[in-house]
Amino acid sequence: MSFFHRHRGLTPYLLLGPGIAWLAVFFVVPLGFLAYQSLQSGNFDIGYAFTWSWGNYWHAIRDYHAQFVRSLEYAGLATVLALVISYPVAYWIAFRGGRWKNLLLLFIVAPFFVTYLIRTLAWETILSDNGFVVNTLQSLHVLGSSGRLLATSTAVVTGITYNFLPFMALPLYVSLEQIDGSLIEAAEDLYASKLHAFLRVTLPLSLPGVVAGTLLTFIPAAGDFINAQLLGSPENHMIGNVIQSKFLELTDYPAAASMSFILMAGILVAVAIYARIVGTEQLTGTAT
Amino acid sequence: MTDQLTRRELLKRGAAGSALLTVPGLLAACGGKAKSSSAKSAHKLAKTLHFSNWTLYMDTNKKKHTFPSLVEFQKKYGVHVDYVEEINDNASFFGKIQGQLSRGQSVHRDIVVLTDNDRYLSLMIKKGYVEKLDKSAIPNMKNLVDVQKHPNFDQNRDYSLPWQSGMTGIAYNDTLTGPVLSVDDLLTNPKLKGKVTCLNSMGDALTLVMLSNGDDPSKVTDKSFNAAFNRVKKAVDSKQIRQFTGNDYAPILARGDLMAAMSWSGDIAQLGNKHIHWNVPKDGGALWTDNMLIPKGGNVYTASFYMNYVYDPKVQGLMEAGDPKKNITGIYYIPPVAGAGEWAKKSDPSVASNPLIFPTKKMLDSVHLFDNNALNNQKYLTQWQNLISA
Repeated sequence: MSFFHRHRGLTPYLLLGPGIAWLAVFFVVPLGFLAYQSLQSGNFDIGYAFTWSWGNYWHAIRDYHAQFVRSLEYAGLATVLALVISYPVAYWIAFRGGRWKNLLLLFIVAPFFVTYLIRTLAWETILSDNGFVVNTLQSLHVLGSSGRLLATSTAVVTGITYNFLPFMALPLYVSLEQIDGSLIEAAEDLYASKLHAFLRVTLPLSLPGVVAGTLLTFIPAAGDFINAQLLGSPENHMIGNVIQSKFLELTDYPAAASMSFILMAGILVAVAIYARIVGTEQLTGTAT
Repeated sequence: MTDQLTRRELLKRGAAGSALLTVPGLLAACGGKAKSSSAKSAHKLAKTLHFSNWTLYMDTNKKKHTFPSLVEFQKKYGVHVDYVEEINDNASFFGKIQGQLSRGQSVHRDIVVLTDNDRYLSLMIKKGYVEKLDKSAIPNMKNLVDVQKHPNFDQNRDYSLPWQSGMTGIAYNDTLTGPVLSVDDLLTNPKLKGKVTCLNSMGDALTLVMLSNGDDPSKVTDKSFNAAFNRVKKAVDSKQIRQFTGNDYAPILARGDLMAAMSWSGDIAQLGNKHIHWNVPKDGGALWTDNMLIPKGGNVYTASFYMNYVYDPKVQGLMEAGDPKKNITGIYYIPPVAGAGEWAKKSDPSVASNPLIFPTKKMLDSVHLFDNNALNNQKYLTQWQNLISA
């Protein structure tokens, strides 16, 4: 006790210590190793050597820009869809859920007690060529008689949207739930229409949730490969599939490492642009 | 005289003592490094054999959830088999163990099983990641069928021994399509458009296509590779091929989303669906074999001893056929042990007469091995991976 009294200034650092050590050992060091590996050349048979091989990056972009763009596209699309689907749900639970709130939230989370792979395989059955969904769409002439959903981009985006929905819905719910109802009442007392009150009060106050949800959905979705693998055909494959095949099938570790870095950079740029548009205070959730 | 004895005694004791001191010391110092060779060849069975295999690849008692041949092995020899079904594809499993092996560490497995039509089996041997078999403990190796005796990745079978073989051909669902008997049909018949899958293993897929092109898959040239590759690519571009798959085509085929699929014989034998038929394509199919290996640091004697056990035709026959009366299912792939058929017949005659498990001579004559050099050709591999994952 007296030690802490004498060295009061040290306390925050001591408390931060474990966290920093964790990040250093499990994030910074592996990242450094990945960077080192991404600049190696050679192959598995003769071994790899560090040669400042920047060509790995150039080759990755030259050969696989389509998959990079597709990953950002699918992830972006899935994020927007997840937002559109979960905002009304979260809104309704937060403002109208009453004593059922916790149960309703459980319903959102419940499917996620099942493993990721099984959930995705379930979509393979739901969207199967002779399944209910395809048959209905065919009879409505939305799909041609030989049309299908499985092994198309629709199926991949649907799968990603579904799999990441709770990451969107839960932060949205939290930020909506915190909104003080009297603020909305006040807006309406001041002659704002319901729509106006929503646009001028509720929506801005829920923005930190929107931003958090968007990031939590977009970032892992961009690196996903299971959905494209199981629900897509080769022309729907994302960069995650390429990295997986480079790493495991071709044992081309430098290529896989450089692609991981490019993906990371791509996501950072996308997030930076997004932060610029919505404002950084929303990003860190400091706005209230 | 006494002097000499004493000296000899002394030397002996000294040697034994230093051996005692150094062996564990070395082991500890290396932190689980491969055991020294003297420790490995000690002819003493270990208490436990760590065996990593593919899923659904062992005779199984469905009621008791046990593996009868492994239970029998333990009963007879007192060695418990820690049997783990952890291999789903060659690449992922190799990726999992190669890090430790490349650093000279043991992977704590005594037997692993890899396929000869993928590059990793030969890579394991070439890189020195495997132990030499103790052939003195495998007298039953004489029962190995002739065609398997001198594979090009291990000419004298010093490091590997077949577990089971299978054939690659075409399966089709007769409720959705007429017979699909050729690669031509599979890749170009407009009625099958978007309703067929191709295997993602290059060796399997290209063997079939090369045979259909009239090329020899066991001696791949740039010309024959490009011809076969372009044919598959064309089928992808025209959307004839819907997906590239591993084992996962089987449920999709059974569900009716596929009319036909490039497929492995054993999967269809296990599926047991009367509407799904498997055949060797008109121009020939592929033969592949899963091989047992002892990764560095594994217990060579115990592993070799187990291999000898499964190379007993009687044991192999029972493993293959199972026993329907006792609710035991067999492996249902192609056994590499001569004479297993006779024993299989005794326990389940329907298995012994199933050509997917005990193929006819005509079938075996029409299946081919893929060129091992081509499997390790980085250019071909990259091209193939780009096709199937991009």
